[in-house]
Amino acid sequence: MAVYKRSYRAYSGRLTPAWSRFFVLTRYALRGMFRSKFLTTIFVLSFFSPLICAILIYLNHNATILATIHARHNEAINVNGDFFLGFLGVQGAIAFFLTAFIGPNTIAPDLANGALPLYFCRPFSRAEYVLGKLCSLFYLLSFITWVPALFLFGIEANLSGAGWTWAHRSLAIGSLLSSFIYILMISLIAMALSAWVKWRIAAGALMLGVMFFLSGFGTAINAVLHSNIGFYINPGALIARVCSQFFGTESPIDIPVAGAWIALLIICGICLALLSKKVRAFEVVR
Amino acid sequence: MKPVIELEGLGVRFGKRDILKGLTCSLSGRTIGLLGPNGAGKSTLINTLLGFYQPSAGTARIFGYDIRSETKQIRSVVGYMPENDAFIANMTAVSFIRFMGELSGLPSEAALERAHESLFYVGLGESRYRKVGTYSLGMKQLAKLAQAIVHGPKLIILDEPTNGLDPPARQRMIRMIKEMREVHDLHILLCSHLLRDVEEICEEVLILKDGRIVHYSNLEAERSANRHFVEMEPVGDSAAFAQALEGMGCECALSANRLKAVLSDGMEIRDIYRLAAERDVQLRRLNYRRDTLEDIFLKAMETSSNGSL
Repeated sequence: MAVYKRSYRAYSGRLTPAWSRFFVLTRYALRGMFRSKFLTTIFVLSFFSPLICAILIYLNHNATILATIHARHNEAINVNGDFFLGFLGVQGAIAFFLTAFIGPNTIAPDLANGALPLYFCRPFSRAEYVLGKLCSLFYLLSFITWVPALFLFGIEANLSGAGWTWAHRSLAIGSLLSSFIYILMISLIAMALSAWVKWRIAAGALMLGVMFFLSGFGTAINAVLHSNIGFYINPGALIARVCSQFFGTESPIDIPVAGAWIALLIICGICLALLSKKVRAFEVVR
Repeated sequence: MKPVIELEGLGVRFGKRDILKGLTCSLSGRTIGLLGPNGAGKSTLINTLLGFYQPSAGTARIFGYDIRSETKQIRSVVGYMPENDAFIANMTAVSFIRFMGELSGLPSEAALERAHESLFYVGLGESRYRKVGTYSLGMKQLAKLAQAIVHGPKLIILDEPTNGLDPPARQRMIRMIKEMREVHDLHILLCSHLLRDVEEICEEVLILKDGRIVHYSNLEAERSANRHFVEMEPVGDSAAFAQALEGMGCECALSANRLKAVLSDGMEIRDIYRLAAERDVQLRRLNYRRDTLEDIFLKAMETSSNGSL
């Protein structure tokens, strides 16, 4: 099928391993995302907070500067669980708004243009499709959440020495696990909404709406019933409860950790069920 | 010849409705036509062969791979051009085809090379850097064909490939399909409601109605079986010419200026021309007379069948 010959010929070259093909989807999805100048700007701005934190950590260990401002080590800031929880809270908010912007663009265009049969007529499954799209969001959000968190942990470890690193290893593990769970949850919510709401702006607005509505509704339930069961329908509260366990900090969300885990699993399960219903080559009209 | 598609009591049910009912046949032609009125189950059959729908009864095999258990193997040897719009709007054609090639397992460089080749082959070479979303309907059809062939499949399933094409584009599409047909080891399953397209391209035809097979026809075999029946338009002494043909063992019927003849065994067309030259008769027209696909299709629609061949 050479260009100059313009005749058909079969392909007889080597093939890539089947397990790696979902990365193709991830690669193309990321390329598509970074075509947006808005996303690129927000993505770059998301490194502002880690930069400030890195400077603060450095200053906390700089005796000259501490002497200048008449402060002692760990007096201005203390790099502990609360520090990382606060840092991930800020980064998580940025990640959430970024997901609300790009998430609706993951599946909706394929559905709108009928592209799904083209994916699934190839040796490429629906699970690989979802995994490929999920990985694109995971990759992007990782650079906003756990990657800078580990970077800050690395700086502090370098400045404080092996003793601090070993004593505070749970901060690194906590940052990693908290970010994974958070990214998984918001990515699945964004993808599920993208699969069901084809209009991108509506899907983005709905994502913000769902999170804020559930949060407000949960708070209202708590206030009316004088209980804590409202936290179970508030994804933000559930994540905060689970993260506080990882970092060993006190949490104002007064529900059992196991309950928070189950509620998170149910939310992820619902999202996967919604995706399974929509992500198929053709919808069957029964 | 090794069968390309084998159906063994294949049934598909959506809810309480049986869409395909116990289809059984074996197809081994290089170009197979799938015909039937709207709602006959053509697209459902294609989608089931591709593993999009699960069969409720029986099974089917493509190149020996079972559709129930070997879907991935089937999909790696099949190229599919869907009937409806199917594209990624914000990608250039070359990126789109390359992407599809990579998903089929081609390494990135090979996929790029074949994307260019496929687009030139289908006639979109000059507009390959345009976004697919800006293409006309005809160009989108061609882009769909390009993505179906980019990975070099052994079987190409074309669902209404000439939909929305103007006559020159349709001719070009048919020419391309015919050309692909000639490639060794490539098979084509063509689903179309345009009988002329199917007749021009296909060797075998499967006609479905209400989810059942109502007719199977090997057009190639029928073409050769009808070689002995010819229709001519002689100018000159037609009666004497007909008599001479009968003298050679043919059965003739002369009406107005048309002469129909069933040739005797061993007699060939050049014998007719020789006889016409000896008798000083001009032959303005000479056709093999056979049932057209339209005749076959209409007959099949009138016939009820039990669904198996």
